[in-house]
Amino acid sequence: MQHAMLDMKQLKRLLKQDTTALPCVKAALLGDSATQLLATALRGTGVQRGLNVELFEAEYNQVEQLLLNPASELYSSGAEYIVLFQSTHKLAELHAKRDSKAQERMADERAAFIADVCTSPQMSRRKVICLNYPEIDDTVFGSYANKVPASLTWQVRSLNCKLMELAREIPNLYVCDLAAIQNKVGRDHMFSPNIYTSTDMLLSMEVVPTVAARIMDIVCALRGDLKKCLILDLDNTLWGGVVGDDGLEGIELGHGLGIGKAYTEFQQWVKKLRQRGIIVCVCSKNDEDKAKEPFEKHPDMVLRMDDIAVFMANWESKVDNIRMIQQILNIGFDSMVFIDDNPFERAMVRENIEGICVPELPEDPACYLEYLYSLNLFETAAYSTEDGDRTRQYRNEAQRVKLAQKFNNEDDFLKSLGMESVVEGFTAFNTPRVAQLSQRSNQFNLRTIRYTETDVASLAADDSVIDLCFTLEDRFDNNGLVVVVVMKPMDPERLFVENWLMSCRVLKRGMENFTLNTMVERAKQAGYRYIVGEYLPTAKNGMVANHYKQLGFKPIEGQPAQYLLDVDTYQARPCLIKEKK
Amino acid sequence: MTREEIFKQLESIFKDVLDLETVTLCDSTTAADIEEWDSLNHVQLVYEVEQAMGIRFTSAEILSWKNVGQMVDSIIKHRQ
Repeated sequence: MQHAMLDMKQLKRLLKQDTTALPCVKAALLGDSATQLLATALRGTGVQRGLNVELFEAEYNQVEQLLLNPASELYSSGAEYIVLFQSTHKLAELHAKRDSKAQERMADERAAFIADVCTSPQMSRRKVICLNYPEIDDTVFGSYANKVPASLTWQVRSLNCKLMELAREIPNLYVCDLAAIQNKVGRDHMFSPNIYTSTDMLLSMEVVPTVAARIMDIVCALRGDLKKCLILDLDNTLWGGVVGDDGLEGIELGHGLGIGKAYTEFQQWVKKLRQRGIIVCVCSKNDEDKAKEPFEKHPDMVLRMDDIAVFMANWESKVDNIRMIQQILNIGFDSMVFIDDNPFERAMVRENIEGICVPELPEDPACYLEYLYSLNLFETAAYSTEDGDRTRQYRNEAQRVKLAQKFNNEDDFLKSLGMESVVEGFTAFNTPRVAQLSQRSNQFNLRTIRYTETDVASLAADDSVIDLCFTLEDRFDNNGLVVVVVMKPMDPERLFVENWLMSCRVLKRGMENFTLNTMVERAKQAGYRYIVGEYLPTAKNGMVANHYKQLGFKPIEGQPAQYLLDVDTYQARPCLIKEKK
Repeated sequence: MTREEIFKQLESIFKDVLDLETVTLCDSTTAADIEEWDSLNHVQLVYEVEQAMGIRFTSAEILSWKNVGQMVDSIIKHRQ
């Protein structure tokens, strides 16, 4: 449901519901054309995703005035996300008024304006979602435009490239790829000339919901609501035919047999997702050895056993198997996507596992990919090159589970791991990962404060803040950076734990104890007597509801969510992790 | 399609887009007669009518209609 594409009528109907109980997102929409319909679609899509979007709608064509004036209503509206929709149409109008020398500067000027806006002081702690520029091929030069910097085509393409470069440099700028939407649907579906001329609306009725969805994808990803795991069926999903019946040589894969090409290209896409950091799992009704055979032996398989974090092939129900995968990975069902060619299995999973995303698939496997592209299931708000290792880390976790079964005593097992942790403050090197972890962690997260890279950098620069991050490695694996703690002074005696979060990959290793021992040590060094912790409940962080109590903090009277620890009387907690210097 | 049939189909489109139980349209009906018929819904009505009838209005037509009757005139013209 969350990913079904609704039309305008359905979106408007959603807005008739009472949405006041939903979490509120403050946003603003600024455009140089009529954007009321897009505003309605944004609100409706918000409701579809479980959010109450409180939208500041700018007066028509007030983009520059509102953005450049620090005292404007835009900023007093408290909008956290600022959606900027300046159109190719208005750019073309400007282009028409200029001589060719001035036309050559248009992309640079517009990019400089956007850079100024994003880096202005009034924009810090806000995020700009800038729609890029779908091309209008005015054929003034024909294809020769590719040789002419003053042409509209040249300026628009160049502006889109400049926006990408800006987005890479400016952490609070996110580009919403409107040009990509036009590539998918085509200009004649994107734009209705008669509607534009009579109403000044630049997006066609049929494309407005798609644009709203792509904007909200970014908002949701920034809020930590994103997909982390892809679970795949095998027969007729990853290859053509049934490996148990047709045998290893009989399945359709690669450029030889039947429609094998379609499956090969689908696998290439999955492989790229895996490399990007999506955890790939298998869930298939099959004998395990038969199901694994293609991964090990088929020359045209793109995916190999190394790519699969959890491999479930048996004759149990898929619902049970997916629940098992969820237990091993320890992530929410709402961060999982399940792909299966069989409508019956899809319906079973969708009905029995709340929150999981199960896309309908087209009948013809040749159409799987283009359809899946249209859903944009894997939007993200951060990326680090470490992400590609995630599958390996989960595979090692499965090995660790096997080793643990050999020990009778948990401590003996933990000792055998030889765990070490590097402790440091926030640095330019770990900033992307700290921001990313704060955006992705939902379960072991005491206050669910999300940081952008800019936020992390300003915490690092603030000397009054005690910022800590921890890695964890053992003889199987280096898990990388897994814990983030931020403590801020409340007064000369008390430190407040603004943020404490941990990757669920390292649960039950004593990492909490090691973290607290370090926090106390640092608090003492800085001359504080107390540490104050707070638990803010969300739908997902129930696992840490008693976190502070379990660690020996005392409830604070009159502050039901807060807990106090006296660092002077604190006894270091037992722990088998050594600090690695 | 007779004029009467077009009115019947318009009524069902209006009901759907404006999310109303019943809609009765005649030649002289205007946006002022139906509370839900605002400028935003108007754009959507135009689009839905185009889809349902398999036609494209001209931009001048869209701006010219004073009442439903004139919209129906345009529909008949395009369907000829």
